[in-house]
Amino acid sequence: LALETLDVRGLLCPLPVIRTQDRIRQLSPGTLLEVTATDPGTMEDIPAWCRVHGHDLVMGEALEGDAATGRIYRFTIRISER
Amino acid sequence: MPKPPKAVALISGGLDSMLAARVVMDQGVEVEGVNFFTGFCVEGHTHAIRERKQSRPKRNNALWVAEQLGIRLHIIDVIEEYKDVVLNPRHGYGANLNPCLDCKVFMVRKAVELWLDDGFMDEHGFDFIVTGEVVGQRPKSQRRETLPLIARESGADDRLLRPLCAKLLPETRPEREGWVNRNDLYDFNGRSRKPQMALAAELGIEDWAQPAGGCCFLTDASYSEKLADLWHAQGERRYELDDIMLLKVGRHIRPAPHFKLIIGRELGENRYLEGYSRQFVTLRPASHKGPVCLIDGAPGAEDVALAAGIVGRYSQGRDADRFVVDVAWPDGRTESVEVAPLGAHRIPEEWLIGA
Repeated sequence: LALETLDVRGLLCPLPVIRTQDRIRQLSPGTLLEVTATDPGTMEDIPAWCRVHGHDLVMGEALEGDAATGRIYRFTIRISER
Repeated sequence: MPKPPKAVALISGGLDSMLAARVVMDQGVEVEGVNFFTGFCVEGHTHAIRERKQSRPKRNNALWVAEQLGIRLHIIDVIEEYKDVVLNPRHGYGANLNPCLDCKVFMVRKAVELWLDDGFMDEHGFDFIVTGEVVGQRPKSQRRETLPLIARESGADDRLLRPLCAKLLPETRPEREGWVNRNDLYDFNGRSRKPQMALAAELGIEDWAQPAGGCCFLTDASYSEKLADLWHAQGERRYELDDIMLLKVGRHIRPAPHFKLIIGRELGENRYLEGYSRQFVTLRPASHKGPVCLIDGAPGAEDVALAAGIVGRYSQGRDADRFVVDVAWPDGRTESVEVAPLGAHRIPEEWLIGA
């Protein structure tokens, strides 16, 4: 199964959501997209965006990053039919 | 069964646009939401940057509203196009650098474009646009004479429906066509929020965002002062996203025309400023705990020493005799600078921008 990746580290909400949304518009249903972010706001916003659009959030996790960037947030989204 | 009419609703994340969308949904209209990110939105960011707001949920209010309503929401990046609205507003500014009327025209026009643009909402085929505007609600943009102007200049014309005050306005196409029933729309008027509260209660809406001073930094006096200072220092009116984002963060202190300090106020801001350390001269306290400081401009060695003294003032070394900062230059050079922290009385008020 194809796994696409999107790096939105350093961007603040809502930009990570906008980039995710724009990327998903270009991908076919069934594709898995892995999004990596540093804004803690994504922990609320990316799951909410997925619920609103009916995409399946397969996984969301917070990983310890280094002192300068803080935590890393990683999401895997399965794109649904529109 | 005939296809239900479809509308695109401008969703800000506040109560009025939520109610407007809900009112037409309750009349059987299929609604999708659109939200525009200008770079000046108070939304999300600020909460994410500032550690002290940890206790509050960092939700995106527009997304939250969409979820409550059960509609899809498209968040659109308009950062580049929006510059012209801020820099050259045809209808001028409000009390601060807020071009509210031009902004509303811009957003409705964008919604029209989205619906005409076959690359974006092609399969949606919207019939009309819904906004939460209320006659007399805002001194600049939401007046009886400006609402028709917004409809006209945006190109939406009679396909723009304001369900909360439609009864005070000429009949629009959605009403004429019977897509909505005019009798079940509203006649809200003026600055009172009571009718909205009552309608929310009637519709069972119990929770909504109440951003103080609206959802845009341009309506904020302190922010506008910092933006004006930026333009003045640059010698021209322009901005990039990083510029306007950094105006939302930290204390801004300008000891001289050619440089400005941006000093973090807490951990979240320090971390955010660290993200810019490769673009700016960056000061990090070494002898004591204290804030990260970026220097915007072209500082000389004496300026850096002065900056170090100011950072000392905002550090735990403020009462110490000596204070050491590590200075990192964008070209990779690093040095240690030792100074006496500046006393508060030696930082004149006119240096503090937007304070």
